[in-house]
Amino acid sequence: MNLFTIAAKSVRQRAVSSSLTSLSVGLGVMLMVIVLVAHGMVQRMFNQTATGYDLIIGPKGSQLELVLTSVYRLGVAGEPLPYRFYRELTEDPKSRIAEAVPLTMGDVTEQGAFPILGTTPLYFTLPYMYEADGTPQKFQIRTTSRDKQHKGEGLIRNPFDAVIGASVAAHNGWDVGTPLKLVHGGSEGHVHDETFTVTGVLKATGTPNDRTVFVHLDGFYMISGHEKPLEEALARERKFFGNISEDSARAAAAQGDGGHAHGEVPEAQKEVTAILVNMKGDDIGERTGAEIRLRSQLNEGVQAQAVKPIVQIQRLMDNLVGPVRTLIVVLTSLIIAVSGIGIFVSIYNSMADRRKEIAIMRALGARRQTVLCVILAESTLLCFIGGLLGFLLGHGLVIFAAPLIAGYGLVVEPWTFAWQELILIPTLVVLASLVGFIPGMTAYRTDVARTLSD
Amino acid sequence: MSLVLENISKSYREPDGGRLPVLKIEHFALARAEQAVLVGASGGGKTTLLNVISGITLPDSGRVVIDENDVTALPEPARDRFRAERIGFVFQTFNLLPAFSALENVLLGMSFSGSRADRGRARELLDHVGLSHRLDHRPGQLSVGEQQRVAVARALANSPSLLLADEPTANVDVANQQNLLDLLRQSCTENHVALLLVTHSAEVSSQFERVEQLGDFNRPGDPA
Repeated sequence: MNLFTIAAKSVRQRAVSSSLTSLSVGLGVMLMVIVLVAHGMVQRMFNQTATGYDLIIGPKGSQLELVLTSVYRLGVAGEPLPYRFYRELTEDPKSRIAEAVPLTMGDVTEQGAFPILGTTPLYFTLPYMYEADGTPQKFQIRTTSRDKQHKGEGLIRNPFDAVIGASVAAHNGWDVGTPLKLVHGGSEGHVHDETFTVTGVLKATGTPNDRTVFVHLDGFYMISGHEKPLEEALARERKFFGNISEDSARAAAAQGDGGHAHGEVPEAQKEVTAILVNMKGDDIGERTGAEIRLRSQLNEGVQAQAVKPIVQIQRLMDNLVGPVRTLIVVLTSLIIAVSGIGIFVSIYNSMADRRKEIAIMRALGARRQTVLCVILAESTLLCFIGGLLGFLLGHGLVIFAAPLIAGYGLVVEPWTFAWQELILIPTLVVLASLVGFIPGMTAYRTDVARTLSD
Repeated sequence: MSLVLENISKSYREPDGGRLPVLKIEHFALARAEQAVLVGASGGGKTTLLNVISGITLPDSGRVVIDENDVTALPEPARDRFRAERIGFVFQTFNLLPAFSALENVLLGMSFSGSRADRGRARELLDHVGLSHRLDHRPGQLSVGEQQRVAVARALANSPSLLLADEPTANVDVANQQNLLDLLRQSCTENHVALLLVTHSAEVSSQFERVEQLGDFNRPGDPA
């Protein structure tokens, strides 16, 4: 009969008290697990999502806001860049751009107020992020409706095609073939007449893409009211570039002919909110060099700025999310420590009743160290049971909450352990040793002869 | 000899700082497998003597020799191990551990001896004391008589050479007294274990061939 068996018997003998003390540790551990899982999800969402592109180019202004708007679909986009800027940038061989994905945004869905992102099919062919080990993650698109009645092309090939994120599909009950309308500039704005049709549904990515509706850039411009008024557009083009393009000049000449009606929109009237950019280069060094040159070139100019998303997000995590996480972890640690004191009180109070048992064991030949170890084994057992309970409860709650959280665009993998959870093991061992030590020393010092004769 | 006591003295500190002598024994011996009863009044030092013999308490002076081993010269951990291996103990109140079943109480006695807890032998011992049908019952579920028998089985668990019994019949009715005595004596005889039983009961002592009055050889009041 080993020490843990003896300790387990004692724990079972005081089942109610033992259960309550273990439960208190369990609740502390549960909170800790939830905090760590939640932090892991947030970290993945922020850090990993920011790894998809080398640079983001957008209008001058807050660098963080540009990243939050274009990658995380948070906040309101600033004054967009002229489409001509995007075209000339990508056509310029000196810019060393491998891929450039234009984005335009501002509208939301009529149902659920999900952000609308106007872009090109290229968006779906590039990795949307890279895992920590460098593995690229690419979009997977379902093009057939669940009832097999509708089949779409997946990529937004036609102006009024739409691809929807997994959370949008789940929240709105949309599928391939579903028609949808856009609300201008916010959910309280005007509902556009144009109807888009879902041609693909993205598999959940755990990124803000899950909460986004993607439409073709051309379709976005063709929505009435989306094109910038021509005179205003030409004035801005002159101010931005110092001249107007041939296309703009043609558009100006054609003004008065009735403009366009769901046809080709002149370039001058098109705008992009941001441009996602990957640089050319055979190796990381070459790409980084090209990236730095382009960033310097743009940031020193007056037209636009280029930011490295991962740097901005890392700053955000370090300065805001990190300290909040640390605060929560500290508070949770205090909860576990208080639970530990509960175990200490429980064992210590039981020592008065158990002095006789300890003396009997000693009379039967148990050494002082043995009875000390029995008490330590008991506190370890209580901490272990509590820890296991907390671990299961924590991950259980995450499993339970996963479908709810998924609606907010977070992919939850409840059984993916955060490495920080390993800290719980030594923490609980230290806690058990601390709370068991004083009662254990009481057992160690038990006067056998006197206790047996009492 | 199974047990030899030589020049044992033991006293306790009193609240006023003085010493209260409890034991002063020049010589006492118990042969191998011999059975003896020590008779003495309450407060006469009987329990202290058993604690000294078993190594739970060290004497102020003198030697306790069991199977040629000077127990008093051993450090405490070695005395504990020696007690677990060589000495069986039957207490006045049996002192079974309430969280453990009858079988586990016997196994617990084996656990501290350093040898592997032998479940088969524990079952045999309980079977021998007529408790094969009560193996998984806890002390609270056993009658007083059954608890006594578990205590005897536990005391014999490690095949000791000496069994100490401290007023084992004090808390039981007459019928159970006799059953317990018979069981103790028979078990010790069968296992060649020396038995030293202390009691203040003349009825119990009358059944032993060797009866020692503690007062005859324990003279704590004598000058050193």
